[in-house]
Amino acid sequence: MLLFAALHAQVKHKAKPKPPGIAASIAKGKDVYMQTCVTCHQVDGGGVQNMNPPLIKTTYVLGDKTKLITIVLNGFNERVEIEGNTYSNVMPSHDFLKDQDIANVLTYVRNSFGNKASTVTATEVKKVRATVKKA
Amino acid sequence: MIINYFTEFNSIIIKNYIGCNSFDSIKFDFSFNDILITFEEIILSIMKNRKLFVFLLPVAAVCGLLLLNALKNDPQVKPKTDAANAGLTLPKGFNAVVLADNLGITRHIAVTSKGYIYIKLNKLNDGKGILELHDDGDKASVVSSFGDFPGTGIYVKGTSLYASSDEEVFRYKLDPKDQVTNATHPDKLVTGLINRHEHEAKAILVDINDNLYVNIGAFSNSCQEKDRQKGSMGIKGCPILDSAAGIWQFKSTKLNQHYSDGVRYATGLRNVVGMDWNYQDNQLFVTQNGRDQLNYIFPNLYTVKQSSLLPAECMYALKKGDDAGWPYIYYDQIQHKKILSPEYGGDGKKEGGQNAIDPVVAFPGHLAPVGLLFYTGNQFPEKYKNGAFIAFHGSWNRAPEPQAGYFVVFQPFKNGKPDGQWEVFADGFSGSKAQTESGRAEHRPCGLAQSVDGSLYVTDDVKGTLYKITYKK
Repeated sequence: MLLFAALHAQVKHKAKPKPPGIAASIAKGKDVYMQTCVTCHQVDGGGVQNMNPPLIKTTYVLGDKTKLITIVLNGFNERVEIEGNTYSNVMPSHDFLKDQDIANVLTYVRNSFGNKASTVTATEVKKVRATVKKA
Repeated sequence: MIINYFTEFNSIIIKNYIGCNSFDSIKFDFSFNDILITFEEIILSIMKNRKLFVFLLPVAAVCGLLLLNALKNDPQVKPKTDAANAGLTLPKGFNAVVLADNLGITRHIAVTSKGYIYIKLNKLNDGKGILELHDDGDKASVVSSFGDFPGTGIYVKGTSLYASSDEEVFRYKLDPKDQVTNATHPDKLVTGLINRHEHEAKAILVDINDNLYVNIGAFSNSCQEKDRQKGSMGIKGCPILDSAAGIWQFKSTKLNQHYSDGVRYATGLRNVVGMDWNYQDNQLFVTQNGRDQLNYIFPNLYTVKQSSLLPAECMYALKKGDDAGWPYIYYDQIQHKKILSPEYGGDGKKEGGQNAIDPVVAFPGHLAPVGLLFYTGNQFPEKYKNGAFIAFHGSWNRAPEPQAGYFVVFQPFKNGKPDGQWEVFADGFSGSKAQTESGRAEHRPCGLAQSVDGSLYVTDDVKGTLYKITYKK
């Protein structure tokens, strides 16, 4: 107990300060991730060999936000090749998630596992949701 | 307090290692060294921070003393995993070597009567999908490569070598020196098998009556209206069963067979990758990879913890016409019951599958049994004779719970039936306990075969390592 408490204190002390808005979005996004995404994409975002693609520094994650939001809303059922490896598992639609939850989880993913990219807002998710076909 | 903490820590490690606490048909070969290694890792990470190190020095010292003491009192301290055994932990008297490395995505493996090794690659290497190797004792060299298709299945019977892509099955002829004579023109035995990039591996086997058995995995997790969709219910009269989720029987002597030429030998099998014939009771045995994501799809019915352990990975003994029950039921190894799938109205307790067969062995969930071999050699001790080795590829679907597997298990058999508890035979493929738990395994066991002198070959499909396990009195 003593040991964990001491370690915990150290970790807290070391954490870099971030703007409160992003930090809160990342924290809430992590909750969504751990409930919804972690089974396939894993705790470290590294995915699963041949099945579930990694979320680490890929153009899918760091590139066009509209595409990324669309994947979350509609799901994804195409074989993708990333760095010479193919991933073929089915990603179901996550349109049951609220706009804010999708914004948070994507902000978390785009700023975790070594990623660094701009935040995703609920307004952006709402806009995309209005244009995509109902899955 | 420190003593209490240590005891608690100890039991957490043990529980994690075993993967579940309330499961009574597990027998793990638990090594005290696993505690040691993990504890060392923690101490090391503390040492990285000096301030903390000074503060915790007395704590570490006391823990060290306790450990030494515990070691002294434990008569069953086993040798530490070492490079001498290719990084594997094995029962006493067994040794392992790496015969070859970096071979590619090495899946199933077969051995000819002269001892030549054929391995199927799931990704072409220089345009070739089959490797031939010669075992020189403590290493093996690739002597030829051929076959322009990737895949999983490979099997030797008599003077033929059989290999599968994810859609077709081919036959090569072996000459009296066990060399392939038609490397560029194999006979196409079966064509047009379904491949929708989910459970697409076609494991194959040929019996003594020229029957060719092919696994055709379900292109679905649980036959939901929308595959893997949260809350989506099962399709009534699951149509996938017509062309997949079973074992099909063809003839090993006939060319260009389609579905219509084959027989659906057994059904209700989600995804079988491990297959072998048991000549003691003359029956096909298979290992099924059970369904995923009970908690994700039905969070109100299953906890994350339950979902990480359920359902069982099942070994089945099959007869023609058998139905193992997928997608309507799954086997719960804790309740020892066939449970109605939540997609079909189940709640985790309601039983189902009155007409479905029971597994002959039920392993913990998601460990992915992808290789099966009945050991018929004379090199290993008597208890291994006619028993089953199972290669567990290792889990992914347990996250956020720790992953497990990445080992080769032994299940004793007597008169063609499982007899007694299974045990972990070869462990350490992942590299470390942390790599097992994160799922970032260095090696994942896949194919199994027996050498002519009774050694055990194990392939790894991460780095393409070929292991050989031998026994010396």
